[in-house]
Amino acid sequence: MTVSAELELQSFVLLRLGERRFAVPANQIAELVAPSRVFKFPHRTAQIEGVILRRGRIVPVCDVAESLTGRKVTSRRLYLLAVRHYGAQTEWVALPVTGECELINAEMTVAAESDAPHVAGWLSHAGDVIEVLNIDAITPGPGEMRAEGEATVAVEARL
Amino acid sequence: MRVAAPAKTSPARTEQIIVFRICGELFAVSSASVQEVRSTDSFSGSSTEISAPGLRKVRHVVRRGDRSLFIVSGALHFDLPPSPGTLVFVLRKTRTALLVDGIEKMTAMSRLQALPKSFCHEERLWYRGLTTVDQTVIPVVNPEGFLSPEELALLDAFMPPPAGRDVENTEGTVSDS
Repeated sequence: MTVSAELELQSFVLLRLGERRFAVPANQIAELVAPSRVFKFPHRTAQIEGVILRRGRIVPVCDVAESLTGRKVTSRRLYLLAVRHYGAQTEWVALPVTGECELINAEMTVAAESDAPHVAGWLSHAGDVIEVLNIDAITPGPGEMRAEGEATVAVEARL
Repeated sequence: MRVAAPAKTSPARTEQIIVFRICGELFAVSSASVQEVRSTDSFSGSSTEISAPGLRKVRHVVRRGDRSLFIVSGALHFDLPPSPGTLVFVLRKTRTALLVDGIEKMTAMSRLQALPKSFCHEERLWYRGLTTVDQTVIPVVNPEGFLSPEELALLDAFMPPPAGRDVENTEGTVSDS
């Protein structure tokens, strides 16, 4: 491997959701923590289950499994605390994952325009082609509200 | 040798809160936002029924001079199972009286964390933020988040005509049936 090729390698955390594996850039992962009590209270953001307390922070729990695999995570083993960007600000979001996570170095192929918004890219590992997740696209945020508003306007305009 | 003076520790700023229950869920409200706490019975003689289309959470209104207080069912506001409620919080500087099941405790919070931005729907209006009380995360309600200006305008449009006795109507109750 040449020096230039080595420089292309990035660190990723491989996570498992049911039968499938996904990757997240390691620099977007804050921590991997054991399951803890999820505090629930009334709200209307469907993807958010509740919040956990971690080091004095209140962290929302977002189950991304259903949108990625079509099934909710039932046997939960760990929470991956990922960094979610909101413009210049960042917040942690806890992603429930099944199975152990793995840190790997790999080269990422950047996603094409035809790929789903939640796909930041692709990598090849141990014979599998694995989606690299775009955390900002797969977890809810103010943009979702705008998008819903725009969709409503579009529907109204069609009517 | 000079001995450094001990650093003065300023007392942590705290805010008095009332932790209350609706359908088994815990919420908190700043004590300063609550003008009165009344039992539903004490309102039973002075409330009037109101029915605004699409606004099930308000069933009664109380007239106080030239001001109307709309009694909001906390259970219906938060999409919880209907609950009759036993207490009413009259919220200061609003036209809202909130129907709750009971007070859990009165305490002080030293930290109010903004609602995480992942919460991106109506809850952003409902809550000022989140706090922890006895290692439990509790949402702190926004007194102005129970009735939007549009909802207030709708309720005003459907206000029942004043009864013979201006502020008293003995037939009304505040039960949420």
